[in-house]
Amino acid sequence: MASARIALPAAARSGEVIEIKTLITHPMETGYRRDVLGRAIPRNILTQFECRFDGATVFKAELRTGIAANPYLTFSARVEAGTVPGKGTFEFIWLGQHDFVHRESRSIDILP
Amino acid sequence: MTLCIAKVGRSTFFRSLLLLMALLSGCQPQPGEHAVQPPTRTLTEPMSGSRFQSAETQALQTDEFANPGLLWVDKGRSLWEEEPRDEVASCQSCHGNLADMRGVASRYPVYDAELDRLLNLTQRVARCRQVHQRQAPLPYEAEPLLALTAALTHESRGLPFEPNIGGAARPLFDAGEAYFFQRRGQMNLACHHCHEVNAGRMLRGDLLSQGHGTGYPAYRLQWQTLGSLHRRLRFCNQGIRAEPFDYGAAAYVNLELYLAWRAAQLPLEAPAVRR
Repeated sequence: MASARIALPAAARSGEVIEIKTLITHPMETGYRRDVLGRAIPRNILTQFECRFDGATVFKAELRTGIAANPYLTFSARVEAGTVPGKGTFEFIWLGQHDFVHRESRSIDILP
Repeated sequence: MTLCIAKVGRSTFFRSLLLLMALLSGCQPQPGEHAVQPPTRTLTEPMSGSRFQSAETQALQTDEFANPGLLWVDKGRSLWEEEPRDEVASCQSCHGNLADMRGVASRYPVYDAELDRLLNLTQRVARCRQVHQRQAPLPYEAEPLLALTAALTHESRGLPFEPNIGGAARPLFDAGEAYFFQRRGQMNLACHHCHEVNAGRMLRGDLLSQGHGTGYPAYRLQWQTLGSLHRRLRFCNQGIRAEPFDYGAAAYVNLELYLAWRAAQLPLEAPAVRR
């Protein structure tokens, strides 16, 4: 089972640009390597990462074999006034091969 | 204190006199104790393995968010609180909060009288899981064992190793010390040659460290994962073309005790990030 670390501020002003950091456990096996007996190690990678704010996509990335294990992604997002006054929710979704799905969500206080 | 009885002469008079002097100087000889010399330090200035890494690798280690080893620390923290099965006590229900375990990792490896050998922290966790939680045994580098070891060691961050090398642990410590200075493998090198004589110099593309275990379990960029000290030791053995021991082998645990003592006052920094 994968585990993820997410860092973002607890509160932000409406319209403010914040930095979000994410880290997840995943081998990101390229498919190009061989084991000690010379057998190919099958590819097993994350293929997509998406961050949504109150349902709307704010950041999306396609991941390929060149990304190291346990991918660390950091990006910026503008916090808009959410559907619920004073509150907003970021949702994080990692998708990978073999039906890999990992979801996390974090709430943020939105100051006027 | 042991020197006092070592010098006792044949005469009972002198024996009692010397014994009296020993007692007066606060030195109490204990029955059955041999004249054990304190070990000799060959390293004058211990330096953490981090000092031999690039600035970028050091920055990754000290980053409280991005250090990938912290993923295992997180996992270990949740395993600590989790019941492994229904009606099986969690680690926390016996040992209390993980935060109360500060200073535990820095005492390992310890001598276990029941098994008459040293146990390192991973082996202690594995034994606890098997004996008290009645779980199926796991391989040495299994994720739950790595994660719990990482979380426990992380709690002792900043503390120096304080191993007990006296009593029954002493012969095992001596075996670990002997291992450190024993030439082995096709390259005919001892730990001592790379990590003391040539520490700080280049071995082809690599900068040789002093070989301290204070950062383990560590995230090695080459492994792309967290690994135990024994994985590192096996890697060292392969590097000098010696037959590596199995994970958890007594030879490695004895060496671990010697390394813990040898690290002197260096603070524990697991999970460290290494090349």
